[in-house]
Amino acid sequence: MTLLIDILSWACIIGGSFFMVVSAIGIVRFPDFWSRLHAASVGDSGGMILLIAGMCLQSGLTLITVKLIAIGIFLFITGPTATHAVANAALVTGWRPKTGKGLIAEENIPYGDAKPTRQGR
Amino acid sequence: MRTILSALTLFALWLLMSGIYKPLIVWLGLASAVIAVLVVRRMDIIDGHRLSIPLKPLKFITYLAWLMKEIAVSNIAVTKLILSPKMGLRQHLFRVPNTQRSELAATIYANSITLTPGTITVEIDRDAFWVHAANFDESDHGALADMDSRVTATETGRR
Repeated sequence: MTLLIDILSWACIIGGSFFMVVSAIGIVRFPDFWSRLHAASVGDSGGMILLIAGMCLQSGLTLITVKLIAIGIFLFITGPTATHAVANAALVTGWRPKTGKGLIAEENIPYGDAKPTRQGR
Repeated sequence: MRTILSALTLFALWLLMSGIYKPLIVWLGLASAVIAVLVVRRMDIIDGHRLSIPLKPLKFITYLAWLMKEIAVSNIAVTKLILSPKMGLRQHLFRVPNTQRSELAATIYANSITLTPGTITVEIDRDAFWVHAANFDESDHGALADMDSRVTATETGRR
């Protein structure tokens, strides 16, 4: 039984670490500001959930698990909120994402008259 | 009644967080819970603001389970995108209409979009979100509309 829990928790922790590393690689490899945000959110959601689940399994039914779950719930709410805040700040200052091949940029994007202080790359 | 209940809730939270159960410490914890509630009561806040959560609990829990599955699926999609030698990025900023009546449900929808890797809610219009996708696909409109109807289904009639 303990062996099974150990295997499960290590699978979670290794999986979570994998997503964290992938997220870091993505932040380096992706070409511009907007796509890097997406790479960061891989570690924010998948990596965070798996790591916390693995640590919960390691600590078992203790007060530590309660605290870990509380931390998980807070990160579950604050993570996307922070990502949104950064993306919104970029939009307000006038940075625009590149539109992909074969796509037409939509009209009436908010803050269309904002002058970019520095072009987003 | 509400005062006693909030003091008990605070004390229960304290018990969960502390983990040291010597009599003196527990009494101090109980005293701090009671004093905190008494201070708030003197400030006349305790009955003024009622927190209402216009969500159906069971439906919300099934929604959370579904959201976890979505996060797993899109995590793998973005991981493939990052690790593929030729990154096939296809960025797009597009409008996504939302149909929630309460602000709480709209917040949950916007945060769910951001939480699934590959899509980020950037700006909020009157009845729509502006969403940025790293690898846009024409089926994204349908997938986001599906998520929208699932969030709306967890709402109760109250605002």
